[in-house]
Amino acid sequence: MQPSPAKHRALPSVSRLGANAIDNVLRLGYAARFIGLTIAHSGTCLARPRLVVRELYYTGVLSLIIILVSGLFVGMVLGLQGYQTLTTYGSESALGVLVALSLVRELGPVVSALLFASRAGSAMTAEIGLMKATEQLSAMEMMAVDPIARVVAPRFWAGVISMPLLAAMFSAMGVFGGYVIGVVLIGVDEGSFWSQMQSAVDVREDVLNGVIKSFVFGVAVTWIALFEGYDAPPTAEGVSGATTRTVVTSSLAILALDFILTSFMFSAA
Amino acid sequence: MQRSMLDLWVGLFVVAGIVALVILAFKVGNMSSAGSGDTYEVTANFDNIGGLKPRAAIKSAGVVVGRVKSISFNNERFTARVLMAIETQYKFPKDTTASILTAGLLGEQYIGLEGGGDDKMLGAGDNIRLTQSAVVLEKLISQFLFDKAAEGGDAKK
Repeated sequence: MQPSPAKHRALPSVSRLGANAIDNVLRLGYAARFIGLTIAHSGTCLARPRLVVRELYYTGVLSLIIILVSGLFVGMVLGLQGYQTLTTYGSESALGVLVALSLVRELGPVVSALLFASRAGSAMTAEIGLMKATEQLSAMEMMAVDPIARVVAPRFWAGVISMPLLAAMFSAMGVFGGYVIGVVLIGVDEGSFWSQMQSAVDVREDVLNGVIKSFVFGVAVTWIALFEGYDAPPTAEGVSGATTRTVVTSSLAILALDFILTSFMFSAA
Repeated sequence: MQRSMLDLWVGLFVVAGIVALVILAFKVGNMSSAGSGDTYEVTANFDNIGGLKPRAAIKSAGVVVGRVKSISFNNERFTARVLMAIETQYKFPKDTTASILTAGLLGEQYIGLEGGGDDKMLGAGDNIRLTQSAVVLEKLISQFLFDKAAEGGDAKK
């Protein structure tokens, strides 16, 4: 299917550009087939949930510290900056609204997905890439164990499950950070902080849409990470390149998807 | 890592995630007040709604009694038609006044209801006749300027 590198060199640079584009389209098609296969082979995960639990530990639990600490700091920064800006308009009582809405709608899902991509996504790619490089995947196939069902699908579902949970924890932690800075340290009125927040944040419009966003990001990040690992050239260089590509591609995908989802969810009103 | 420890940590992780979601829903969001149930709809025509938006609060004596459901333009009377969903537990007389008010100087706008003395109560689909439009700052300022100019003219004489 793929044009050979020798032929590449013979081609003039313009047609090499075209060959590159075709390569990318082929890769995209392979990636689409890959996620289809992953979902089709998810039956094993249902039959043996322990496989998913084990991956949940590595993707979810081990990402907890970085998510919680970043959430706290992002919330604290929002509290400080928001107070500085709002106080010029004499409306520092709206600090709770500012902190909660920006976290629940945007920062929670997006920043936690970026952290997740670099913390768990890169690890997934490296692990699967190395499994491929050391021919563990071929060994599995030889033992009639489907590597997609045994290795890929549990990681996929673990990522998809843990991403919304991590984003929710990030947002909750961020609101707490904003509370600590705004109410405890600066002294914004506690009653108006919470009540204005509660009257402005809608469960369906804001919280649920944030959860949907983080779910979509979870699918995108784990898909990219697993595919890059599975498709990595079986060399040390190939695995390192695939790991880099995972972080870069999934970060771009998160930001682009976020724009699309936001324009669907929040523009109409 | 031992199997039981792994299970314990994953269990804790999932519980913490769900707790965070519940916190977001109840403490940050308004799940506890929004989901309180049945409403009935009444309409009101305003000459000018200012910056009123759907989902704005409807308050009576400062208490939230409902939400604005939708706003549309009535092309026969050239007024804004506001559809309001009021919680069933609150009843208002037929001659209730609806006015568009602002929370604070730059705050968001809401509808204030002031009950009248009628025996009959508003039901679903009824229209509130007595309405008061939003205060438009430009009109207020121009009125003030005209008054000042008139005063100046008087003083010259």
